[in-house]
Amino acid sequence: MNAELIPAVLFYLFAGVLVLSAMMVVASRNPVHSVLFLILAFFNAAGLFLLLGAEFAAFILVIVYVGAVAVLFLFVVMMLDIDFEQLRKGAWKSLPVGILVGLVLVSQMVMTAVNWQSLPTAGSSILSPAARHAAATNTQAVGAILYTDYVYPFQIAGLILLVAMIGAIVLTLRDRGGVLRQNINSQITRKASDVVEVRKVQKGAGIS
Amino acid sequence: MSELIEAFNTFIQTPIGAIIWLVARIFAIMVPVLLGVAYLIYAERKVLAAMQLRMGPNVVGPFGLFQPFADALKLMGKETIIPSGANRFIFIAAPMLTFFLSLVSWAVIPFSDKLVLANVNVGVLYLFAVSSLAVYGIIMAGWASNSKYAFLGGLRSAAQMVSYEVSIGLVIINVLLLAGSLNLSDIVRGQTSMWYAIPLFPMFIVFFISGLAETNRAPFDLPEGESELVGGFNVEYSSMSFALFFLGEYANMILMSGMTVILFLGGWLAPFNWQCPIEFLEPLWGIFWFTSKICFMLFMFLWVRATLPRYRYDQLMRLGWKVFLPFSLIYVVGVAGYLVSTGNFPKVGV
Amino acid sequence: MSMFHSVKRFLLWDIIKGMALTFSYMFKRRVTINYPFEKGPIGPRFRGEHALRRYPNGEERCIACKLCEAICPAQAITIEAEPREDGSRRTTRYDIDMIKCIYCGLCQEACPVDAIVEGPNFEYATLTREELYYNKEKLLANGDRWEPEIAANMTKDAPYR
Repeated sequence: MNAELIPAVLFYLFAGVLVLSAMMVVASRNPVHSVLFLILAFFNAAGLFLLLGAEFAAFILVIVYVGAVAVLFLFVVMMLDIDFEQLRKGAWKSLPVGILVGLVLVSQMVMTAVNWQSLPTAGSSILSPAARHAAATNTQAVGAILYTDYVYPFQIAGLILLVAMIGAIVLTLRDRGGVLRQNINSQITRKASDVVEVRKVQKGAGIS
Repeated sequence: MSELIEAFNTFIQTPIGAIIWLVARIFAIMVPVLLGVAYLIYAERKVLAAMQLRMGPNVVGPFGLFQPFADALKLMGKETIIPSGANRFIFIAAPMLTFFLSLVSWAVIPFSDKLVLANVNVGVLYLFAVSSLAVYGIIMAGWASNSKYAFLGGLRSAAQMVSYEVSIGLVIINVLLLAGSLNLSDIVRGQTSMWYAIPLFPMFIVFFISGLAETNRAPFDLPEGESELVGGFNVEYSSMSFALFFLGEYANMILMSGMTVILFLGGWLAPFNWQCPIEFLEPLWGIFWFTSKICFMLFMFLWVRATLPRYRYDQLMRLGWKVFLPFSLIYVVGVAGYLVSTGNFPKVGV
Repeated sequence: MSMFHSVKRFLLWDIIKGMALTFSYMFKRRVTINYPFEKGPIGPRFRGEHALRRYPNGEERCIACKLCEAICPAQAITIEAEPREDGSRRTTRYDIDMIKCIYCGLCQEACPVDAIVEGPNFEYATLTREELYYNKEKLLANGDRWEPEIAANMTKDAPYR
């Protein structure tokens, strides 16, 4: 067991499982299984990040994609209960178009792969801002770069997300009349003295 | 003696010795945690009983101390039932996943100054990531059971855990602003002069309440909801698979208490920086304080369960999104602003 | 006033009050009894497990009048009778289906000779249904076993009859 072997073995393990589970996401018949395979794929991607020494990226991947996004996927897929037999009926009709698109994609990939040539200066021209912060942990490096060099793209991305969020709310928010809602403020601030009156009732007199 | 230590050190340098040493250390964490889980269940029954003027388990062993083992034996002796419409693989995998995730977080918990299995420098992120995965065990169980109650329980749980993770994340950011590190040991060391529970007291409360929601404990035990969902996501489970859910839930409680202690109550540090009175017991001093703080937090968990009625689903969501989220966000801005304006911002490497 | 209220709410005052209450209960005296080792008192009219009594000389009281069988609202009692060798009328079969029984106590009210009674025993849970189909031997054995308690209860209850 030498020190170079273990990362290599781990890399091929993570990469292999990643590719396999990514294929299973597409191939699996049950959509819930697809989502679960997607999660497995995320995990292996996080493992690859860890091998690269990018532990911040790895854990953020797990927290954001596995912990939140995939949960919502799973949520939706479980709730929808799609009838896949119904969906598959039309699949044969569109097969020729599918094959055509697939062929175009494959030929493009082949052309790119065959003609691939990297510049001799490619190694040095990689924008590698992390090198400036080699001493820092990569969490600090990411922060330092994100909030200095890339502060405008970062803010713009945040704005775009905000706009998307507000858009989604605007599209789905309906103000229906006649719906009873709980007003917790008024419930809590309500005092017994406002709503209950204790009276001494005379015998036979009743309450007016 | 020194020869023995020498021999030991050379032994753990060899590949096989290293693996054995690693496994031994993992067991040294797992076994106390599982024992803690067993006695947490016992303590819960006793504390709840005391608060309800009952006696609690008192028959098996002295004061009923062997009750957890009797329960475990009973559960093991039961029949594992897999519902006919269930998705077998996921049905069986879900409790295993829950149990696995509840134990795997303990790898980064520092028990004392030097006692930590894996001192990773993004320990907080690791804990946060693992706790955000816990929802999968529940949602998979709910779906794979092919039962309406279990499914509703799973969905509730998913929504609840995702919502409260947001406020937990923001609370953690508060702590990170003060500590300036993602390493749990560094966070604890940052509290030598003052525990973060004092300047961040409101956040401490928010974290504790969110922790209740995250571990599906009363008053946020909607996923289980005995009164309306029978047993929630674990309705269809029996025998060992149920026991694994049960153990997982309680191990998560202990873990959440451990996180609270590390982030807010100074981890292994003794209050007022007390020195150990007996020099001989110095190595155990940190562990002693860490565990006693955890016990205090666990008592809070049980105490809250004995006191508060269950929240309704919409109230739970309102609390998470409309109260905790804005409140902790404002607090983050406030803390960051204070630190920058007073120049106390923690110096980080760059 | 509302300012005061909002401050109280923000500080979770009500929850703290509730927690203090539950905490104070921890040190109160327990109200439960330690059941299998301690038992609560039961009244002399307690209607528990059935028993067939005997006279002090050992003769069984039941004369097979079948009044209990007739009055039993759950029809849990089955009696067959025949004259014995000495010519007295006795039961050959006296079965009570304890699963059907609703413990109303009408059988002991109906009995003219205080033969069938519901004793003070309530700990006779079984693992099978069959064990709860009581026959004459079982009922007589119960009577022999619980006679002191049953007799004491009946004398206590006698002034009110």
